[in-house]
Amino acid sequence: MKRVYFVLLVVGLSLICFGCNEEKAKEKAEFKVAMVTDVGGVNDQSFNQSAWEGLQKAKEGLKVDVSYIESKQDADYQSNLETLLDAQNDIIWAIGFKMADIVMQVATQNPEQKYGIIDFTYGKEVPDNIVCVMFKEQEASFLTGFIAAKMSKTRTIGFVGGMDVPVIHRFKFGFLAGAKYADPSIEILSQYAASFSDAAKGKAIANQMYKNGADVVMHAAGGVGDGVIEAAKEKNKMAIGVDRDQNDLAPENVITSSMKKVGSAIYKVTESFTKGEWQGGKTVVYGIKEGGVDIAPTTSNLVPAEILSEVENLKKEIVAGNIVTPASEEDYNKFLESL
Amino acid sequence: MLDNVALILGTTFMYATPLVYSALAGVVSEKSGVINLGLEGMMVIGAFIGATCGFYFGSPFLAFVCAGIAGGLMGLLHAVACVSFSANQVISGVALNFIGPGLALFLSRIFFNGATTTPSISLTNKMPRVLSGLFPESSFFYYIFDNMYATTYIALFFVILIWYVFNKTVIGLRLIAVGEHPVAAQTVGINVVKIRYCAVTISGVLAGFGGASLSLAIVSNFRPTLVSGQGFIALAAMIFGKWKPFGALWACLLFGFAQALVIFLGQFHQLHLPMDLLSMLPYVLTIVILIYFVGKAVAPSADGIPFEKEQKI
Repeated sequence: MKRVYFVLLVVGLSLICFGCNEEKAKEKAEFKVAMVTDVGGVNDQSFNQSAWEGLQKAKEGLKVDVSYIESKQDADYQSNLETLLDAQNDIIWAIGFKMADIVMQVATQNPEQKYGIIDFTYGKEVPDNIVCVMFKEQEASFLTGFIAAKMSKTRTIGFVGGMDVPVIHRFKFGFLAGAKYADPSIEILSQYAASFSDAAKGKAIANQMYKNGADVVMHAAGGVGDGVIEAAKEKNKMAIGVDRDQNDLAPENVITSSMKKVGSAIYKVTESFTKGEWQGGKTVVYGIKEGGVDIAPTTSNLVPAEILSEVENLKKEIVAGNIVTPASEEDYNKFLESL
Repeated sequence: MLDNVALILGTTFMYATPLVYSALAGVVSEKSGVINLGLEGMMVIGAFIGATCGFYFGSPFLAFVCAGIAGGLMGLLHAVACVSFSANQVISGVALNFIGPGLALFLSRIFFNGATTTPSISLTNKMPRVLSGLFPESSFFYYIFDNMYATTYIALFFVILIWYVFNKTVIGLRLIAVGEHPVAAQTVGINVVKIRYCAVTISGVLAGFGGASLSLAIVSNFRPTLVSGQGFIALAAMIFGKWKPFGALWACLLFGFAQALVIFLGQFHQLHLPMDLLSMLPYVLTIVILIYFVGKAVAPSADGIPFEKEQKI
């Protein structure tokens, strides 16, 4: 029996060691930058993957050493952040707002260490050793809303949100505003799934919207969105993806996606750090102007060129500040009055 | 109005299908006296293998069978631990719930170049919606049957099949005897170990089907969050249904109906129902009905107790 325990122990320990797959340094570099993924993992085909691609780009272009640690569960965040701290990285990136409290805690304990956090801001009280990176999701969603309204033949479109939280509000009200900007009389259905994983719920909500006359539905709901896109595929309607170019899920139906380029934001902050400008203590916001958000490159597959050229003009207007896209319900109501 | 009712019914069946498979999986295993808490893990494996085989082979039914085999292997693992080695069945089940998602991720990265989401299966290669073409678009029956995949009918078939086996066949009777009083069963010459092995493996096959009915019908790809709690809901449905196939079916349908109702009510913004509270409805409803209407649910007497051949009577 003892032997059995021994074998189990060895197997167990070797499994633990699988978890620490940090990329080994291959060449000498001036700086070391690392990131902790959230539970999605580094190949989530969403923002963790985008972040890692940004770091790999930094490795090529900026000659920095990069590495990542994946979090399997929320409880891993702290130990992962500490592991990277011990590895003496120059910047440690925390990907996702879920790590906000823990990053604040470890940053306070280690004032010499520099941290970056994605999708979260501590408002006016950002410590000097943290840089907060936020995105203007509403700007890209404004464009997808505009496209949705232009593409809709039934004059009815839909929006499926994951949860009733600020980041989803930015997607939602940007989308709504873009649609109303294109056509003030358009009818917009919207519903929250209260989940980011229940694909069946997303599908049922989208089916209901298509039944009620919508022919374009956008989602900002993670795994729930798989169901939304599936419904579009089965009913041969249009859908709009989120975070990354989701056209591959249904090439005939996903007309565009509201993309969030976490990687390019991380690259830019890292780049300015290597040039001696650390943006700590600040919240940097990436919109269309800064290349942080955009619509998907595959948009031209299904959306006619004349709509795309209007979208290009809108982009210029947004960059110039002539159109201020709403990020909350309050801003949206003001936006509607200004139309 | 009538099409809303139809849509709710359609959603009910869509939602209930994966749960029905897994609840049946629980019934088969526990009737033989082995607690199966690993349903969730088995579903994850089934969902992953289903989506992967569907993508590579292009045949939804072949992929469905592969998912069943994969789930069955997980079941076999549970049987080895619980029947041959008399391990604690709860612990073994919990372990399976860790192994399932871990293995799925590990394999997914090997098969798909590091990606944890499998590529989408084209519409022609996913589970067919058998009866949806029979009715004109926007008719009452169209909305009911448009969401019903072949997997839904197969699930209903399994409910009847398992009910039949339990109530009308010798094997079913032996299985129940083994779950109620294994020692007595052994004294009349029933091979307790063999029956439990079969039951737990079949349970795994059914749970694998349940997972595949998510990844081949409801959506057409696997992602790590696809199975998020359905295995545990199915477990609740099994208890709710008093360890009976039809009981489990009704429990799953009730749960699906509550979800459909949440989605239906959620579209009326003028009601000002907070979606977070509304989303609790299926769970609250389950508890209320369990307390007031179902009464005491009694598990098979030997459920969870390891059987040792030498044990004293």
